[in-house]
Amino acid sequence: MWAALRCVVMRDLTLAMRRRADVLTTLFFFVIVVSLFPLGVGPDMNTLRLMGPGVVWVAALLASMLSLGRLFSADYSDGTLEQMVLAPQPLAVLVLGKIAAHWLVSGVPLVLIAPLLGVQYGLSAQALEILVVTLLLGTPVLSLIGAVGAALTLGLRGGGVLVSLLVLPLYIPVLIFGAGAVEAGVTGLGAEAHLSLLGAFLVPALIFAPWATGWALKISME
Amino acid sequence: MLEVVDLECVRGERRLFQGLNFTLDKGELLYVHGPNGSGKTTLLRTLCGLALPEAGEIRWRGQNIRRLGEDYHREMAYVGHLNGVKDELTAFENLQVVGQLAGVSDSGERAVAALRRMGLSACVELPGKALSQGQKRRAALARLLLAPMALWIMDEPFNALDVKAVEMIQTMLSEHLDGGGMVVLTTHQEVEIINRRARHIHLGS
Repeated sequence: MWAALRCVVMRDLTLAMRRRADVLTTLFFFVIVVSLFPLGVGPDMNTLRLMGPGVVWVAALLASMLSLGRLFSADYSDGTLEQMVLAPQPLAVLVLGKIAAHWLVSGVPLVLIAPLLGVQYGLSAQALEILVVTLLLGTPVLSLIGAVGAALTLGLRGGGVLVSLLVLPLYIPVLIFGAGAVEAGVTGLGAEAHLSLLGAFLVPALIFAPWATGWALKISME
Repeated sequence: MLEVVDLECVRGERRLFQGLNFTLDKGELLYVHGPNGSGKTTLLRTLCGLALPEAGEIRWRGQNIRRLGEDYHREMAYVGHLNGVKDELTAFENLQVVGQLAGVSDSGERAVAALRRMGLSACVELPGKALSQGQKRRAALARLLLAPMALWIMDEPFNALDVKAVEMIQTMLSEHLDGGGMVVLTTHQEVEIINRRARHIHLGS
């Protein structure tokens, strides 16, 4: 089972390395969206400091959404997904591998570049630290929930728009506690409660999302 | 071995066939005939568990394939309309992934051997997008050689193949049948496999 998981992760990472443009578009989208706000709102540091964490988080949600389309659609159209469903391995494990690779490719770069972007908003070192931790806990949840939506809309016409309608409302709790943690940390309330809640989203998502995604894939393949 | 009982398949609002019964034993070959749209592909997808039948049951060694799940998939290989060859991966990598997922320990060596057998020795390190349609088809069929599977389900396996490759697949099929394997296949081409125990099903008549 672990061998199968590793095999799928390595396969998808190899594919991502050979289609680097796709990976970079997500990252650039994130960078541009975050950088547009200071230009639009003006250089008032207090306003920017207030909205910084929220903007970074909303941009992360959108960037994560943008990359969902690639999760299954290519494998679906060339038939490799069909073969994965028929492989003698638990489908949830294979799906977990695909989600993990998706997060490594589209989530981790956002986490890494976020502190740099946060500087534009005059966030303190402490706030940046909390921002990175929240993104590290929150972006896997986005990939996991998004995978269910991507699997359900697989092969549908206009699936891209549909998946955002389906998935964005489910992202809301992650957004609230992700952005809220930075706020709470800066005002001295302590971010622990928010971070624990983000962790509490991650665990059930990790357990149920691959299973639900596998189930949704089987329905979409019929 | 493979038993189909009172199978009914529906596509959209249209009933493709109903009350389909047959059994397939070791060393037997089943040809599925029928005009376009008669439900050949749907039958094959239902047999491998990708599509759900409207009614009826498919049994493998006496048990419903739904209940067997992975245990059934361990003994069944499916070559569909789609080749399942990724453009960005080399022919070798494509097969290696399939081998690893099938739980084959020496998947690398087997992948090379399978590609060589299919006449793709020169393409081992070529990416999928550099392969021609026929070569991709050969790479898809090479999957059958990776692990010993009892049941091969093949949808139009001879599409895009040249005469030499068709002969190669014919030999492969008769070897598989001689070794006690089972084959279900659809084809529009007049391909005869010398086998006395070939059965025929005509859909849409």
